[in-house]
Amino acid sequence: MNIETFVQEFAEQFDEIPADQFAADTLFKENDEWSSMTALSVIAMVDQNYSVRLTGDDVRKSSTIEDIYNIVASKQNA
Amino acid sequence: MAFLHIKNVAIKGVAACVPQTIEENTAITNIAAPDVEKLIKTTGVERRRIVKAGTCTSDLCFKAAEKLIEDLGWDKKDIDGLVFVTQTPDYILPATSCILQNQLGLSTECFTLDISLGCSGFVYGLSTLGSYMQSGTIKKALLLAGDTSSMTSSKNDKSTYPLFGDAGTATALEFVEGEEGIKFHLGTDGSGYQAIIINDGGYRNRFNEASLQENPISDGISRNNLELTLDGMDVFSFGISKAPETVNALINKFGIDKGQVNHFYFHQANLMMNERIRKKLQLPEDKVPLSLKNFGNTSSATIPLTMVTETAESLRNGENEIIACGFGVGLSWASLICKTNRLVVPDLITYG
Repeated sequence: MNIETFVQEFAEQFDEIPADQFAADTLFKENDEWSSMTALSVIAMVDQNYSVRLTGDDVRKSSTIEDIYNIVASKQNA
Repeated sequence: MAFLHIKNVAIKGVAACVPQTIEENTAITNIAAPDVEKLIKTTGVERRRIVKAGTCTSDLCFKAAEKLIEDLGWDKKDIDGLVFVTQTPDYILPATSCILQNQLGLSTECFTLDISLGCSGFVYGLSTLGSYMQSGTIKKALLLAGDTSSMTSSKNDKSTYPLFGDAGTATALEFVEGEEGIKFHLGTDGSGYQAIIINDGGYRNRFNEASLQENPISDGISRNNLELTLDGMDVFSFGISKAPETVNALINKFGIDKGQVNHFYFHQANLMMNERIRKKLQLPEDKVPLSLKNFGNTSSATIPLTMVTETAESLRNGENEIIACGFGVGLSWASLICKTNRLVVPDLITYG
């Protein structure tokens, strides 16, 4: 997996914010659109594209998209 | 691997009972309006049936059972077993199934058992009851399953209150020599026990003064320790991976042709989760009925309730092959496949 693709896939879970506003170091909870529903979309995307089960704690303890990416990568290798 | 093939038993009928009171999710005032709108869209739950204080799950199940027994034309003295699946019993003790045996006027020669499971409980309950009956000495028995989760959800908790409805169901099982029976896959992962939990009131954390104190958790979520805590993200993640997994395990183990199955009944968790599960299993929409729009998540009642409200005609009139799959609190999951033939399915019953 690579971080550029992951950021793009992550950005697609937002309806209102354009994809080019997202980068690996984006604090993804610091915007008006982020909600528990967006979180579910991200979990679903990770399940579908990477066959990885993200937990609530994984999302809660992450701040940047890269944080999530690292969790997914480590779970994929586990 | 917990696979079971219980032969010589058949489902004969299914009934469901819901409280008369309908609560529209658009009418919820304790939660901010834009939040409610988003919730309805994502969860698919528009309205729910809720009990009045004092009504218990057993009351709903009792009514469903009475009607089912009547429509089946069963003689009550022939019913030798009753399993009650609930997490909202009448009392901490005695077991509610004992009370139901007496209320229903069943024989004192009837075995009864309470099972404390939620979303997976209907399938688990059928596996338990079927196992008791397999040897052929018990010919007729009832599975009662349901919950009144509205009583356990905080009105100030957007993560639970708009999701849960109340319902009680009754399913009739009969020993029939030569029947193909019911095949099961059952599983448990207790490492996730905190994902859906009521913290206080049991014996790990006994009821105390602080149990009633309302705790703000986050924006739109506050509850006390006697009310339901649900980690939506954990449960979602669990559901979209485990439900397709158990159905696939069942299909592979027993060499099932998915195309031959008429109805796939999934626990009604929320629309986004159920749609993910359906798509992962590549099932057509018309084979996967949903009742959550009008009833929400009714815990162990969702599968029989969906059978009654969405597919009664089909189940009454012909032979069907059905798959049912429950997943949730525990964490616990289970799936089954069986054939049904001209089931007795009374119209949805209302209480109160």
